Amino acid sequence: MNILNKRYLFFALSLLIILPGLIILISQIARKQLPLSIDFTGGSLLEIRFESASPSPAEIISLYEEVDIQDTQVQTTEQGTFLIRSSYINNDQRDEVLSLLETRFSSPVEIVQFDSVGPSIGKQVTSRAAIAVGFAALAVVIYITTAFRGMAHAFRYGACAIIAMIHDVAVVFSVTAIGSIFFGWEMDALFLTALLTVIGFSVQDKIVVFDRIRENAGIHRSLDFETLVNHSIVQTLQRSINTQLMTVEFLLLALALMGGVTLREFAIILLIGLLSGTYSSIFIAAPILVLWENREWRTWFRRKPAAA
Amino acid sequence: MKKQITRLILILLITALAIWVDVSDIVRIANPLNGQVIFERNVKTVLGLDLRGGLQVILSAVLDEGQTVTAEQMEVARSIIENRTNALGASENLVQVAGETRIVGEFPGLTEEDAQSILDIIQQTGLLEFVEMGNNPLPEGTRIETYTGDTPPEGVENAYHTIMTGAELKSVGVSSHPMTGKPVITFTLTDEGTKIFGDYTTTHVNQYLAIALDKTIISAPRIGSAITSGNGMIEGEFTVESANALAIQLRYGSLPIPLEVVDSRYIGPTLGEDSLQKSIIAGVIGMIIVVLFMAIYYRLPGIVADISILVYAALAFAIFKYFHFTLTLPGIAGFLLSTGSALDANILIFERIKEELRGGLTLSNALEKGWQRAWSSIRDSNIATIITSLILFWFGSSFGATIVKGFSLTLFLGVAISLFTALFVSRTLLTLAIDWFKPTNLARWFGI
Repeated sequence: MNILNKRYLFFALSLLIILPGLIILISQIARKQLPLSIDFTGGSLLEIRFESASPSPAEIISLYEEVDIQDTQVQTTEQGTFLIRSSYINNDQRDEVLSLLETRFSSPVEIVQFDSVGPSIGKQVTSRAAIAVGFAALAVVIYITTAFRGMAHAFRYGACAIIAMIHDVAVVFSVTAIGSIFFGWEMDALFLTALLTVIGFSVQDKIVVFDRIRENAGIHRSLDFETLVNHSIVQTLQRSINTQLMTVEFLLLALALMGGVTLREFAIILLIGLLSGTYSSIFIAAPILVLWENREWRTWFRRKPAAA
Repeated sequence: MKKQITRLILILLITALAIWVDVSDIVRIANPLNGQVIFERNVKTVLGLDLRGGLQVILSAVLDEGQTVTAEQMEVARSIIENRTNALGASENLVQVAGETRIVGEFPGLTEEDAQSILDIIQQTGLLEFVEMGNNPLPEGTRIETYTGDTPPEGVENAYHTIMTGAELKSVGVSSHPMTGKPVITFTLTDEGTKIFGDYTTTHVNQYLAIALDKTIISAPRIGSAITSGNGMIEGEFTVESANALAIQLRYGSLPIPLEVVDSRYIGPTLGEDSLQKSIIAGVIGMIIVVLFMAIYYRLPGIVADISILVYAALAFAIFKYFHFTLTLPGIAGFLLSTGSALDANILIFERIKEELRGGLTLSNALEKGWQRAWSSIRDSNIATIITSLILFWFGSSFGATIVKGFSLTLFLGVAISLFTALFVSRTLLTLAIDWFKPTNLARWFGI
């Protein structure tokens, strides 16, 4: 089985998945309409259940406008509750809204959840999370470089693991951006958790494949690098598939069973992210190692030599 | 083989202990002779707010530009908030300092009304100040501006000088005036407060000193004589009730720095319960499928791995319970990921053993080689995950990002435990099983 000779095909496939989402994402950034939840932007989320009324979302929005609360969006859930997102409101404003809702629609209201995030803290969480992930990536590169110090160009292994990890992160963002258009997904705190899970798994998976290259390099000294890497990928293929089956199996089920809107989104993102984590070990990280070894970029923009 | 049997006994012992912790709420060991309790520990499962409902509040110190806050001040503020909320009767409250300027409070299992009163009482910042009034006292209830430095800040007019804050109060009580019999508030100052107060009152006899709470004057007595003992008395038009209320506010309310709520989350009990149920069902069904898959695909080693994974789950859960780690949804995600990596370790080893068997090695040699060769990849991949989880944990705890913290803690513990079960439990059990069954038909026992 030769996986490596089709490497540009796999790169193209990845781009096919990443690019559409990324284009959506960039256009969302340009229009300042990134699907960020209040966890990151600040604002309030009130989930309520009416005991004996079912007002339309428009009625709720106009009620919010009456008490001068901006940017209100209302979503109904399968559990018969209303998710109301708005700009930041404090507890007094919330109480005002609640008593208004109760009198206007003459039904008692039960609060399922209420989140209120000040505008400053959300931004800080985002930037600190990015810093933490950056630090973690750096630490991983250093660790891998140390662990592979017996190999030629040990640094490349760490770098390729991180490139592939960025690939997985891009896939997750792309899928979420697409989901935001079709299913109204939001990037919230659970999205951050899913992202962290994918990052953790991605790096772990790369090292397993690289470890096999390290071991084979000691055994098959005469093989050229490309054959060596291909051989190593094929040897670890069964393990990759089985581990993937296991971890994904878990989450597929969580996905099927956890009915809630937010949890379903979380499960789907994890599912795709973990799949990408395994995929990129085989089809991105290892091929880039070979590409780097051959310095293939020198031939990218050159005309193919005429057939002899 | 004797070594393997010792190991097996050890594994059984650990597993039994873990299961004991898993199924109990309190672990208690009594002396069988006299029934005296030797050891006791509460091991009730601590569920996070997202799984049981409750209120989470993040408070941030309100600082003027250039103003800093010390770790001690944050700690004092933290314990004051803890006292205030505990006084409301809520149980299992958790109030922690996060980072340099934040305090995170978690109050599980609250009704909506309780959540509201907790928020109210936290938001009473209660900054108590002793303010220099000179010869012209202002009446009670007047709102004033204050400053702490030597000169008033630019642009602020009519600011009064604060000589010290409520942070210097050691204790506050109510008693009756020795002459008039009217209720008065008595207080004792800390050593530093005694010195500041002593120095000030010595040089300012017959002037007025106002006591202001949250910049509102509550009393402006005249300094009758120098007070150097550190004990003072606030006289005013108090009833016994109002004196008591004020004393409580002074005692619990003298926060060293004003705080504001920057993030509050309330999760109703039904939503939490719903999430908990769904994750348990998903976990159990997922586990069953994995166990079946492993047994069918890997045969004997698969069954060994299944036992090892169950030991892993029992052990991890017992450790969470024993050390009172809070279980949250992100925590469960971290746990699932580490379960994946526990499985991965087993799969790596078995694939390797199969490979060696196909290569013609004898069973015991293949076993030995398989473990040896798989070890480097298990070690390196898991260490990388441990590094990641430690960095994320540091980030989560220094910032009050409880989601990241919960996730990384369970991931870290899970990976550490999975290393133990894969290398110790799986290996011992597989060696013993092979010795017991003496399998010769590799296709049947190993699925080759």
